[in-house]
Amino acid sequence: MAGLRERLSPGPELWRSLDELADTPEFRRFVDAEFPSIAERIPRLDRRTLLKLMGASLTLAGLAACSRAEDILPYIRQPENIVPGKPLYYATTLSSDGYGIGAVVESHEGRPTKVEGNPDHPASRGATDAIMQAAVLSLFDPDRSRMPLKHGEPAAYGDFLADMAELTSRLAGSGGAGAALLIEATTSPTMKAQLEALRARYPRLRLFQHDPLATPSGAEATQTLFGRALAPVYRFDRADAIVSLDADFLGEGPGRLAYARDFAARRRVRRADDTMSRVYAVESTPTITGAAADHRRPVRPSEVEAVAAALSAVLGGEAAPSALALDPAWLAATADDLKAAGRSALIVPGVHQTPFVHAAALAMNARLGALGNTVELIEPPDAMPIEGDLAALCQAIAARDIDTVVILGANPLHTAPAGFDVRDVFSQLKLLVHWGLYRDETAFAAHWHVPAAHDLESWSDLRAHDGTASIVQPLIRPLYQGRAVHEILAVLGGEFAVSALPLVRRTWAQTTWAQALDDPAWRKALRDGFVSGSASTPVDVAMPADLRGLNPRVEAAKGVEIRFVADPWLRDGRNANSSWLQELPRPLSKIVWGNAALISPATAGRLQVENARVVNIASNGTDIDAPVWIMPGHPDETVTLALGFGRKLGSVAALADGHDAYRLRSLEAPWIVYGATVAPRDGSARVITTQHHQAMEGRAIVRHASLEAFRKNPHFVRDGAPPAPTGSLYPDWQYSQEAWGMSIDQSACIGCMACVSACQAENNIATVGPDESALGHEMHWLRIDRYYSGPLDDPDVFFQPVPCMHCEKAPCEVVCPVNATTHTHDGLNAQVYNRCIGTRYCSQNCPYKVRRFNFLDFQEFDKDAAGPEQAAHNPDVSVRSRGVMEKCTYCVQRISEKRIKAQIENRHIADGEVVTACQQACPTQAIVFGDLNSKGAAVVQEKAAPQHYALLEDLNTRPRTTYLGKIRNINGRLSPGGKADG
Amino acid sequence: MPQVFSRSANGISRFALWGACFMAIFAALGGTAVLRSDFVTGVGRPLAQPVPFSHRHHVGELGLDCRYCHSGAETSSSAGLPATEVCMTCHSQLFTNVDMLAPIRASLASGQPLQWQRVNSVPDFVYFNHSIHIAKGVACETCHGEVDDMPLMRRAHALSMEWCLACHRDPEPNLRPPQDVFLMHWKPPAGIAEIRRSLISLLDIHPETMTDCYVCHR
Repeated sequence: MAGLRERLSPGPELWRSLDELADTPEFRRFVDAEFPSIAERIPRLDRRTLLKLMGASLTLAGLAACSRAEDILPYIRQPENIVPGKPLYYATTLSSDGYGIGAVVESHEGRPTKVEGNPDHPASRGATDAIMQAAVLSLFDPDRSRMPLKHGEPAAYGDFLADMAELTSRLAGSGGAGAALLIEATTSPTMKAQLEALRARYPRLRLFQHDPLATPSGAEATQTLFGRALAPVYRFDRADAIVSLDADFLGEGPGRLAYARDFAARRRVRRADDTMSRVYAVESTPTITGAAADHRRPVRPSEVEAVAAALSAVLGGEAAPSALALDPAWLAATADDLKAAGRSALIVPGVHQTPFVHAAALAMNARLGALGNTVELIEPPDAMPIEGDLAALCQAIAARDIDTVVILGANPLHTAPAGFDVRDVFSQLKLLVHWGLYRDETAFAAHWHVPAAHDLESWSDLRAHDGTASIVQPLIRPLYQGRAVHEILAVLGGEFAVSALPLVRRTWAQTTWAQALDDPAWRKALRDGFVSGSASTPVDVAMPADLRGLNPRVEAAKGVEIRFVADPWLRDGRNANSSWLQELPRPLSKIVWGNAALISPATAGRLQVENARVVNIASNGTDIDAPVWIMPGHPDETVTLALGFGRKLGSVAALADGHDAYRLRSLEAPWIVYGATVAPRDGSARVITTQHHQAMEGRAIVRHASLEAFRKNPHFVRDGAPPAPTGSLYPDWQYSQEAWGMSIDQSACIGCMACVSACQAENNIATVGPDESALGHEMHWLRIDRYYSGPLDDPDVFFQPVPCMHCEKAPCEVVCPVNATTHTHDGLNAQVYNRCIGTRYCSQNCPYKVRRFNFLDFQEFDKDAAGPEQAAHNPDVSVRSRGVMEKCTYCVQRISEKRIKAQIENRHIADGEVVTACQQACPTQAIVFGDLNSKGAAVVQEKAAPQHYALLEDLNTRPRTTYLGKIRNINGRLSPGGKADG
Repeated sequence: MPQVFSRSANGISRFALWGACFMAIFAALGGTAVLRSDFVTGVGRPLAQPVPFSHRHHVGELGLDCRYCHSGAETSSSAGLPATEVCMTCHSQLFTNVDMLAPIRASLASGQPLQWQRVNSVPDFVYFNHSIHIAKGVACETCHGEVDDMPLMRRAHALSMEWCLACHRDPEPNLRPPQDVFLMHWKPPAGIAEIRRSLISLLDIHPETMTDCYVCHR
């Protein structure tokens, strides 16, 4: 570690990883061998084997020529609106931890293939995240539960209904005594209405909720302050000065897509007189919000309360307490900016933090006048008529008050905190019914398991972060006998043969909190993707003079602190069987197919551990073993553990590495544990990270400046950059039609990885599994490089999405011996899979390292053997086989579709008509795509910005994908040079 | 030492060497020819279908328009095959008890689709789009042949890449005014060369862009 610090002191301006700094053999191996470990792929050949292989390939080549006529199966009755070959788009809603995010789903002949955001939905604004993209894959997941199980054996749904009839008659007799319902996090108005109806029908029925990712502190704080639970809605478009108190508002929470959009819109700088907001972040684990902040400070989780109290004191004109993790100048600068912003200030408390932090943030917002402007309070959309959580349920079972439990969606056997033997408690039950998407731990323990219908298969309704309600509309009939949750609730209410649609319509015909929907209004709500006018109105509150007894809870903690986070893609573990999400690099650590215990460089130095070394983490009498991963910018003496891993149920989840962090979680402190111990063990475990893959070694790649520096020198990206040569030996191209180009704004990019996932879904990109990922063989056409700059303990973070540059003078084109990569009339650098013979010369010659090679048959071609997940493929894109190079095509299938449409109408393609998958998914609109030949096109305007530059310009490749340098609104008081203080 | 080989061995070896060369060339040429032959491409060979549907009867004799059954041709990449219901629009009234049509009635009754054998097909990695060809004045007949003369459907052209490219490089000879694309046995009017030249500019056809690989392969 000391060596690393030394190396960094004059050192490189930007670095990708600790290994790069240390220049370890592994890092050299990744850079030197463009395709590492290729030697392991090449078998040792003797003459005999060679002859055998040649003979076999000749024979197979002959066989390959055989083709057979295929059947065509037309419709019996063709639905009126379906034209084979033309996709249809339906608005629906996907659930994100129980909240709704509006989506528009592309459907090919009734088969959903791609999720896009709904531009009219307030929580999506046209954007999606990685999890929404993966919805189509989980829909066709062959490991989903396919039939009802009775005591773990396949059974008929009719038998289930018979048992339920018995149960309902028993409940009717006893008024529901002895029975309980356990629901998961939801905002569904229909579910709420059904629960209320059930409670009216069975007055003694008890309702519980188990959400392992629940963060009740905010509700507790508002309950104490205002006498009722309220939920905040932030308005980042109105905020000039933002302080995050351990809040990851860009990466977490139901409003994150809308927040990211507003946040980026307020930080869009193209001219010297443009303004932008300033963000200060104090955080206890590195997040993408901290990476986007202008000033960021890592503090231990226990110190956030003190920081909140100190900031509150300084805002009130008092002196900051002396013993604080932050230096007073930082605090004073923050407070001054907040005061200057006044009602345009915004202090965001972390949802995991204590009620005190929430209350202090609310009080500060109120004092600044921001309450009602940048933060509004609404009735919580997720309020359900429940009486307690899993612990209360278990107590009631242990007290013999409850002998029948119906679990709707939750998987408490996996997600319960440690020291809680849910299996043992549930074994005392007379009847345990489980409804869920997978045959998970709870399903096997239950007497009855009923498969759930996927979000894309069922009728339902959900509410967004601002309360807006929208309808969940099925795209396809349930594939595996799945039932919507409303059907199960109806069964419990004695309605055995009612489907979900009439139940949802019933809610909306008699709703009291929004306008009732008659037939035309219902159709409009379906078409629009939301119920208009259903957003919650902000509640007027009067801030009490004091915090009503809410005080910092935490004593100065001893020992190591544990900060639990939900894995950004797997969440509580429910997405563990999605290969897209397992293989999507985590935004900051770039870890795939597993999790690790994140620690700071200083802590690693103290413990004398290196990356991937296994440590034992113990707390409250339980302990787990996990490999460590050293995260620059992580607070010292703190361990970040991600929930969601360690499951071995399902064929994909079984492949993944990782540990189960639930085993260390306690009921009292679900998110932050104090006083843990960490002890190194012998040996190490595999941690797969893509951070070195495709490295563009040691070149000025990310260019950045402070807002002040930009105002002085708008063309800062030119500073020190070698001038681009003018002459070239490469052929000159003329573009009589379009000339496509892309611009990526690094100021807007928050590194959320939505674009990578969208690209994977759109372009049928294969996942390769953990072993191949470890070799650097992952296939993502678009990667997001993460760079660090500055000190090891608190560096600045930069994200740079890197798709194919589509070079004007493309080095890949000239080296292909079979002309499989060609320059098209509109400037694309096309890859022809059928010509490609896999020499990989093109990739060798690509300075940007954006080409991906199919080392193995990552996708099954035999339609009978490929399984249901082949249905998630985009029919407009070829599936590639082994030995073929592939790369970003600028979504050429979308260009073709729009070109054909325009040419049929005999017109030019309009600006904004062709939208690439990455661009469409991006919550911050960092990516702009269009025709460079069209004057006034958005992409032309972007490229005219002063901070516009091309990657590795000095190589004279003249890329079509170019970048806008990152501009950060750095407070000059904290770093006079305009350089980030870190 | 006596000669191991007789004098004639020279001739034999020469013959063998030259013969091998000729055989190689012959095999290459022959192979190329065979791959392009109707035997391999299937041109002109009618396929057995579950119902012996006759385009000659329906198009040639009755005069049905292509789009009556292939309704997606103008709007979609796929021209589409008629749903069973489309057959039954007429055959619920005409030939209602004919044995030949039993599979159609069975399909409607059972809900099982008819299993037609594909006659014109391109590989999976080729993205052909009907609507743009129709819009730009390439007739049905140009690729599918004179179907009104086909009692059983057969392939009229090889639909090979070579064949596609010939037209993509020089579309002019295959163009006709877009209103005539559905006509069979179309006779070019006088001055067709002039009309075709004007069609190229009127319909905004850019042959130089039509040979990019991604036009068909994505």
